[in-house]
Amino acid sequence: MKKEIFFQLNGEPRRVDVAPHETLLDVLRGKMGVHSPKEGCGRGDCGACTVLLDGKAVRGCLVLAMEVEGQAVTTLEGLGRDGPRALQEAFVEGNVFQCGFCAPGVVLAASALLAAHPDPTERQIREALAGNLCRCTGYEPIVKTILAVAKKKKGRKAKPSSAPSRRTAS
Amino acid sequence: MSIACEFEYVRPASLKDALRLLARPPEGGAMPLAGGSDLIAWLRDGAVQPGLVVDIKQLPELRGIRVSGGGLWMGAAVPFSELMESPAVQKHAPVLVEAAGVLASVGIRNRATPAGNICSAVPCCDSGPVLLVYEAEIHVATLRGTKVIPAANWFLAPRRTALPPGGLVTGIRIPVARHAGAFAKLKRYRGEDLAQASVAVRVDAKGAWRVAFGSVAPTPIRGRKTEKILAGHKQPEGAVLEQAATAAEAEVAPITDIRSSEHYRRLMVGVMLRRSILLASARLVGKGAAYGINIIEEDAP
Ligand code: FES
Ligand code: FES
Repeated sequence: MKKEIFFQLNGEPRRVDVAPHETLLDVLRGKMGVHSPKEGCGRGDCGACTVLLDGKAVRGCLVLAMEVEGQAVTTLEGLGRDGPRALQEAFVEGNVFQCGFCAPGVVLAASALLAAHPDPTERQIREALAGNLCRCTGYEPIVKTILAVAKKKKGRKAKPSSAPSRRTAS
Repeated sequence: MSIACEFEYVRPASLKDALRLLARPPEGGAMPLAGGSDLIAWLRDGAVQPGLVVDIKQLPELRGIRVSGGGLWMGAAVPFSELMESPAVQKHAPVLVEAAGVLASVGIRNRATPAGNICSAVPCCDSGPVLLVYEAEIHVATLRGTKVIPAANWFLAPRRTALPPGGLVTGIRIPVARHAGAFAKLKRYRGEDLAQASVAVRVDAKGAWRVAFGSVAPTPIRGRKTEKILAGHKQPEGAVLEQAATAAEAEVAPITDIRSSEHYRRLMVGVMLRRSILLASARLVGKGAAYGINIIEEDAP
């Protein structure tokens, strides 16, 4: 039986009619105009459908839409709302992706990682992205970019001492 | 491709309600839904066609991690990633943490649960060997009451378990005791994959070993013959280690399938057992790599 569900989508309260057999991915793409999550495998293996559910990376193809009642769903559209984040900018700058099919999932998985571990090791990055398959890049540029963004952020945070010196210089 | 089969979805408010729904299912049957990693893939494939899906992951009785009465209790709805981060689980069931670390991917671990893993009961189930070496208890509720099923009696055949009809796993309990252990999983490539073979070992301060294997028999199995050879050896090496590996290779019963050949699985069981034993015995005396490494890829002994 169809039912109206209510949840937060990219920070906004939304209502939508869904049937029990519809997945979150089906509903986002087919009914809500959110096209960044992709269907690669449809069975949990590729990560192209990654979305954040209450901040955690999950697979949109393995979640029934009805399960997210009352929860917060974030897609790539939600991340970029206040202009592209440092991570997204770095990916663009480095021209990291090629076909881009994996990109929304990779960016979300990486954001969830950086939110939980602002200064991850390379191993943590590889682990966090192990479920996001990319057929183009060979992963190296993706991992390097995430590492660089984390380092840069850390550098900025650890720099309060340099701020006053800059002020005196100006 | 989307899910073709039609079913009803219910999120019951209490365990009682859930059990009522499971006890009197509509045509086609009722299936509990926790993380959904297996269930939703099976629904897509048409491998299962229930009339009703009962979402149990919000039930308070199935949440939480507690240590009490000499046991570590893990609610059936707690996903792997939450268990991995729990200090209580890290302390009392480190082998489960190690196994969770090589299970699928973060996106799956944020939803999937050990309880769901053992209810799906596929031969390559990673939680199986771990719960066997911990002699875990599977706590089951039915409308008639609760029941405790030892992990050793849980797995009956591929995808068949001792769960009674209309029953629901409420949690898993692991007896608390000082020990060390290790988990090794053989995959075809780095990143996520189902196991070609897996080995779990646990040793206590007296040198009593428990050994179990996954993906090398119709169900996860305990390696009793291997355990006998190791018994009393806190730091097995040389001939004992070789005999144990030979016994393990003989007591598993793998098949050849798309992931590997029977012969390769058997030989790798010996290799993985040796590495796991060396790592567990090092950990027993406060040495060896911290839990959470991938024994096949990383610098294990
Ligand atoms: S489409 Fe969901 S994991 Fe591949
Ligand atoms: S850029 Fe093509 S799949 Fe990743």
